[in-house]
Amino acid sequence: MTTLRIDNLNVTFSTEAGPLHALKNVSFDVPENRIVGIVGESGCGKSTLINAILGLLADNGSVDGGSILFEGQDELTTLPPSRMRDLRGPRIATVFQDPMGALNPVISVGKQMLNIQYRSPLSKEEKLNRAVEMLELVRIPDARAALVRYPHQFSGGMKQRIAIAMALMMEPALLIADEPTTALDATLEVTTIELLKDLQQKIGCSVMFISHHLGVIAELCDDVVVMYAGEVVERGTVRQIFQDPRHPYTARLLECDPARQSERTRNLPTIPGEIPDLRARPTGCIFANRCDRVSDACSAPPPDKDIGGGHIARCFVADTPAETGVTA
Amino acid sequence: MSSDPILKVEDVQVSFPVGGLGRKNAILGVAGVSFEVNRGETFALVGESGSGKTTLARAANGLQEISAGAITFEDQRIDTLDRKAMKPVRKRMSMMFQDPVGSLSPRMTVGDLVTEPFRIHGIEGRNLREEAARLLTLVGLPTSFASRFPHQLSGGQARRVGVARAIALDPALIIADEPTAGLDVSVQGEVLNLLNDLRERLGLAMVIITHNLHVVHHVADRTAVMYLGRFVEAGDTEEVFSAPQHPYTAALLSANPEPDPDKTHDRITLPAEVPSLLARPAGCEFHTRCPWAQSRCSMDAPERQVTNGRAVACHFPLEPGARPPEIVEKAAS
Repeated sequence: MTTLRIDNLNVTFSTEAGPLHALKNVSFDVPENRIVGIVGESGCGKSTLINAILGLLADNGSVDGGSILFEGQDELTTLPPSRMRDLRGPRIATVFQDPMGALNPVISVGKQMLNIQYRSPLSKEEKLNRAVEMLELVRIPDARAALVRYPHQFSGGMKQRIAIAMALMMEPALLIADEPTTALDATLEVTTIELLKDLQQKIGCSVMFISHHLGVIAELCDDVVVMYAGEVVERGTVRQIFQDPRHPYTARLLECDPARQSERTRNLPTIPGEIPDLRARPTGCIFANRCDRVSDACSAPPPDKDIGGGHIARCFVADTPAETGVTA
Repeated sequence: MSSDPILKVEDVQVSFPVGGLGRKNAILGVAGVSFEVNRGETFALVGESGSGKTTLARAANGLQEISAGAITFEDQRIDTLDRKAMKPVRKRMSMMFQDPVGSLSPRMTVGDLVTEPFRIHGIEGRNLREEAARLLTLVGLPTSFASRFPHQLSGGQARRVGVARAIALDPALIIADEPTAGLDVSVQGEVLNLLNDLRERLGLAMVIITHNLHVVHHVADRTAVMYLGRFVEAGDTEEVFSAPQHPYTAALLSANPEPDPDKTHDRITLPAEVPSLLARPAGCEFHTRCPWAQSRCSMDAPERQVTNGRAVACHFPLEPGARPPEIVEKAAS
């Protein structure tokens, strides 16, 4: 079964300067028990996508086309708010970039972890034990003592791990993790990734993992979705994306990673140009103005080309491998 | 390298009081750190969250009072200066804060933001509009951006505005706290190239705080690795990366996730229980997590040993390519 199926999703924000097409024909699946990584520059629509899934789009934003099907039964784009509230938390949990946004600064960690379990029939004692167990799972030292402490008494990395513990406490079907390891050092980042993978298998949930860190994506994720300017330009398994990128944007993005430059350089590769104004989307390919493989054909909307094995790229030249310029 | 330190940090400690009334207690966020930054040099501070990087940077910039040690900037003791006396120093040493958008006032235009340093320091006789245009051009933003507000900027653009503010008064040193956190790789490259370019053109020295080791590798001349508020290792970036001598550095480098799904990782895994600053381990503070720890490590604190500009605080510095004992055993059996 597919935990989350997003099909041809379109989201528009009405702004003073006219409608802003934030997501355009976005389609991908989050299969059961898999970790799907979402990559893309800031402003590519990752947050809008999350908010659309959670039913938390700003008042001026609306889903105007497409569907988000959760666990094969709930159509999230039309779900009544009360039903959506039942899903958020117990079934769809989130971990965001800034853990302080998830933690209440004036309530102790233990109390907050009790509050999350308000639907659970367990006794208070059992709930506290469950909280301790979760804190231990995310490797908070002296977990029982941590219950009476307040968020500001923990380091940034610990706060994030507490937020992860809270998100997974109700054993959700889908965890949406938005840059959860950005604040951690390499050793803790790796332990957190391994932890997430571990917890994911234990709980049997699916994960939508959003990150700028290509290394983390490569290591953690089963599938990868590459977004650019509100479109999914390429998707496939982690190997297809990292070893055989077919969309020029994916290829350039991979090339930009300083981790791929084995030679030390002071001049890191970049992608020249800017994302086009989403209020005036080009009719053709969205990446054409920055693309090094652009041709006349690109002034028409590019097709989602199926390369095989679930590997899809929205590009006219997706049939031929993109030049990455990186020697493997 | 010619030794012309612009910033000299000697045995600096920063302590924070903890506990409620009647319970006098303190933790050392920075527990005795010494380093020098030379003119035109990029110095990187690496370490996990909570290891004291930001506290150290704030102390160096006079934003955080230190409890012991000395900080000298351009041959002037600055840790003893009061707020007023510190103000002119801040013209020479600027700070880039972590959160790109959060560190910009949402109600000021970009033009006002980049020229705010002139107003704060009472520098008159300059055409602020021209200065704004000059600074925006310098950081590669169109001059028309002067009329925009921070919420109209992308993360990378907000960073550039942060850089423009930091270089407005022609500082000699920039302290950049996580200059690329939250940026995607292409924009990260742009910001780092920009900083590098400015460093070369303006002869700036830079202290970069980051936990992205790949970034450090490309931009920093020298790197210091922090653990529980102390330097465990410091030295030439290339040397530290190619042959780490402290077990923590080795673990950190081996943990670095790489963008290749088929990469086989030969990782040095550490227990994740980072000791609390309230209960620092006796002896070497890393021994509780160190795969190489011996009995001596839990008793004596290692002295910092400096050889050829490489400082290591470890009783048993690693040979190049050393593997933790249990891994070696496993391989042998």
